[in-house]
Amino acid sequence: MRIVVCVKHVPDIQSERALGPDGRLVRDGGDGTLNELDENAVEAAVVLAEQARDAGVDVEVVVVTAGPDDAEDAVRRGLQLGADAAVHVLDDAVAGSDVIGTARVLAAAVRHLGEADLVVTGMAGLDGLTSLVPAALADLLDLPQLTLASSVALADGTVTVRRDLDHATEVLEAPLPALVSVTDRANEPRYPNFQAIMAARKKPVTVLTLADLGVDAATVGVAGARTEVVEAAPRPPRTDRVLVTDDGEAGRRLAAWLLERDLVRTTPATGEVL
Amino acid sequence: MATVLVLLDHADTGALRGSVLELATAARGLAGPDGAVHGVWVGDEPLDPALPVLGRHGVSVVHAVTTGDADPLLTPVLAEAVVDVVRATGATVLLALSTFENKEAAARVAIATGAGVVTDAASVERDAAGRVVAAKTVLAGTWTTRCAVLTDAAVVLLKAGAVVSSHVEHDAPHAPEVRPRTVAVTARATRVRVVERTPQAPSDRPDLSSADVVVVGGRGTGGDFGPLEALADEVGAAVGATRVATDEGWIGHEAQIGQTGVTVSPRLYLGLGVSGAVHHRGGMQASGTIVAVNEDPEAPIFEIADYGVVGDLFQVVPQLTEELRRLRRG
Repeated sequence: MRIVVCVKHVPDIQSERALGPDGRLVRDGGDGTLNELDENAVEAAVVLAEQARDAGVDVEVVVVTAGPDDAEDAVRRGLQLGADAAVHVLDDAVAGSDVIGTARVLAAAVRHLGEADLVVTGMAGLDGLTSLVPAALADLLDLPQLTLASSVALADGTVTVRRDLDHATEVLEAPLPALVSVTDRANEPRYPNFQAIMAARKKPVTVLTLADLGVDAATVGVAGARTEVVEAAPRPPRTDRVLVTDDGEAGRRLAAWLLERDLVRTTPATGEVL
Repeated sequence: MATVLVLLDHADTGALRGSVLELATAARGLAGPDGAVHGVWVGDEPLDPALPVLGRHGVSVVHAVTTGDADPLLTPVLAEAVVDVVRATGATVLLALSTFENKEAAARVAIATGAGVVTDAASVERDAAGRVVAAKTVLAGTWTTRCAVLTDAAVVLLKAGAVVSSHVEHDAPHAPEVRPRTVAVTARATRVRVVERTPQAPSDRPDLSSADVVVVGGRGTGGDFGPLEALADEVGAAVGATRVATDEGWIGHEAQIGQTGVTVSPRLYLGLGVSGAVHHRGGMQASGTIVAVNEDPEAPIFEIADYGVVGDLFQVVPQLTEELRRLRRG
């Protein structure tokens, strides 16, 4: 059995993140990291693999990424977290890919590995935050999609997930092979110990180009992008800020401040809708 | 003549989701005087009550799509229904609310139609060259961008509350023409089975994602949301929470604001006992005015607050609610 986890290398969200003049994310800060939400994806895959091994099934967890040199750090981290092998799609033509281009490259990499019984992703990349790639990947790989899972279980060739949406909670199931995206509620990613870090150094990272994958470079990267950032500016700092310590009257003063600026309605709500 | 499609998200009762009319308003701007705005209604729910409202907001045709035995709540099914209408109408722009379900459908629509997609847009317009251009905030609300769609077809997902909805100006708008369609959904879209589906209990409060005012509780509430609910009732606000508060079970998961929960950009955000961790800021930093009450003067939320009170929320919030009640009714 093979479980493939698609991950992304992103600027650390704790760091100062910025866009360049081309409207693309500045990735040369050196403080890139495995997308935090993808740690949940790796953990989910590794736990499912452990359970399958306990049941006597031979399982391999492969972590896959596409990105520049630095992106290797993301799959290395995946190996430390328990994946068995890694694939890094490294090709200049991948730069500037939009979500569809990214999904094309990842789908080709998954296919290149051969049969995948389960593809796992995080719910979103903490840079672009579009959440589009999991569904796009499922479509391109022609797999049933079970997204935004807060729990995942495998049994008898069927995957079952629970997910919380804005208006409902659902339990979904599908036959394998399938694609699952997990939220940060799905698990608590393990913290690799020294032994795991040393073991990860011996695990293989396969580097592939678009030519290896048979992907036409014109369909990905800047060449294939369907959208373009035409303007990017840091949000102007907030002005006229007030910071007070409560002296017993702060609630009253805040009420006056809100009404002065018309931030709350001056007459009570009538319950009017539409 | 440009046709702009609007995805008509609705509840099981057939009631339109609040922000759908904002989409219709934005769509009129994109369609221009010679174009038309069409709605896409997917599902068997009653459409009649929505029709006059849609007419007043400039929707001239509603494509009422049924999908047979296929569950339209599965996003691959929804995507195939939408693609069918896109092809039938020749529409080049699709607008939908920026929800997780619609994002999934949008990814599939984009692959099927070659469209470029922009999610979480705060506004949308055409530039001088006629291209669809959407504005959005990125990187946890710290940057604003304008994103142009380079392909002929565009899918833009607008955040709730992005546009102020308005009626059409002429006096007697017609009820939209309803064009029923039945879409034969492919087997590949229905391989997922819904084992169980529990709808969220309806609330009298406004929808969190589109509310004008949002009252948010964090760790500092210690689990007591009573004073926050009283304030929310007084000002007609939605109640939200941080990840800590939902993980502790103090309030439902659907109330979580942040990068992995609901993104809000209300006119007024009130963070009470909220520290302002980066994950939370990513879901609220684009709010108009930010007010924070927290005992810890070092809480990061004070760095982005327009009005910060260092103090005990159990003192400050009831006093605020009481004073608002007095000033507004006195």
